[in-house]
Amino acid sequence: MTITGIAAIGAGLAAIGAGMGIGRIGGSAMDAMARQPEIQGKIQTSALILAAFVEAVALFGVVAALIV
Amino acid sequence: MTLNTFKNVFFSALFIAISFVGYASESPENENDKEFNAKEMIMHHVKDAHEFHVVDWNGKPISIALPIILWTDQGLVTFMSSEFHHDDSGTQIVEKDGMRFVKYHEKIYQLEPHVQELAFDDAHHPTNASLPTDLSITRNVFMMWVSVIVLLLVFISTARVYKKSDHKIPTGIAGFMEPLIVFVRDEIAKPMIGDHKYQKYMPYLLTIFFFIWINNIFGLIPIINGANVSGNIAFTLTLAVFTFLVTTFSGNKNYWKHIFWMPGVPVPMKIFLMPIEIVGMFVKPISLMIRLFANITAGHIIILALMSLIFIFETIAVAPVSVAFSLFIGLIEIVVTAIQAYIFTVLSALYIGMATEEAHH
Repeated sequence: MTITGIAAIGAGLAAIGAGMGIGRIGGSAMDAMARQPEIQGKIQTSALILAAFVEAVALFGVVAALIV
Repeated sequence: MTLNTFKNVFFSALFIAISFVGYASESPENENDKEFNAKEMIMHHVKDAHEFHVVDWNGKPISIALPIILWTDQGLVTFMSSEFHHDDSGTQIVEKDGMRFVKYHEKIYQLEPHVQELAFDDAHHPTNASLPTDLSITRNVFMMWVSVIVLLLVFISTARVYKKSDHKIPTGIAGFMEPLIVFVRDEIAKPMIGDHKYQKYMPYLLTIFFFIWINNIFGLIPIINGANVSGNIAFTLTLAVFTFLVTTFSGNKNYWKHIFWMPGVPVPMKIFLMPIEIVGMFVKPISLMIRLFANITAGHIIILALMSLIFIFETIAVAPVSVAFSLFIGLIEIVVTAIQAYIFTVLSALYIGMATEEAHH
């Protein structure tokens, strides 16, 4: 297997991790909004910020795949 | 009105510049023989370039030339990129002031004396040419200036509305901009920095929010060939460095204490946490830089890759699927332009807020 192939697999693994993370954030945010619709705006803001943090990990994978 | 005159002149100049078509010439090799290379095409679109390549017409590239400005050891050299005749393989030599230049993979190389063509080592780096300092107005620089001028026009017009009317209901463009500015103030600055200290940082936050947003939007316009400004790591690096400087210089005693001598934990833990916190100081702007760069670049790559599927499978049957998907991704990208500008601004505000927070224990 070439180094490019390994980089592609690594990027894919990073995407799986980020997908699980963002899925959990989205699910929990939905639960919280259903329970307390009055603070929906606040939950949405925090969910977006947390999603950005998780997504950064997947993007490191993309950048690694681009560089290799 | 001076501003209106300026606006008219600016937009006329813009359209003249866009309708000006550079010198078109036939490429030396027959393009039809070459197999379609998706990676090359995508990278060509994502990277910065010395010309606006509009379209290939009957095998001839049509493009808008941009000036090339080089700082060599013999001083400043300027010429238009049309003198390379669209060559990017380093075969077309341009001679200026006794120095000879070639363009290879969008980099301008200065050939050594008496060298007729580029020689390469194993890693495809030229061995008999040097890189002069390239200060060219590339398509990213050009699009950045356009977005700066558009922002100036929009915001000066907005400010004039408030100057004329004495606290009345905003009219015209101000009616459109006011909710956005209030959004940055009430949803980003106030909750992240605090009700008392946010005002000092509003100009910075508004600037990065609108500058990133408008550059993201310009990147999606296909006719100007998606000058990928916010998908350029140098651009995001500069913005991240600004956030780092603002955060570091507005850091109070409490912030530095949390970095170098964390309060409320035992002494071995304080020593253990110090290097982690110092690394964290630098990781924050680096993650800002990579997030914006990778998000925008990834968006462009996905749209272009979906379009490339038609040419990879060499059948028109794939076209409906790939056009539909790239339209879908394109619509998502329009949302992403705003979300990424928002995320960058929110995180900058969050870091500034952490630096200016007062001790509460």
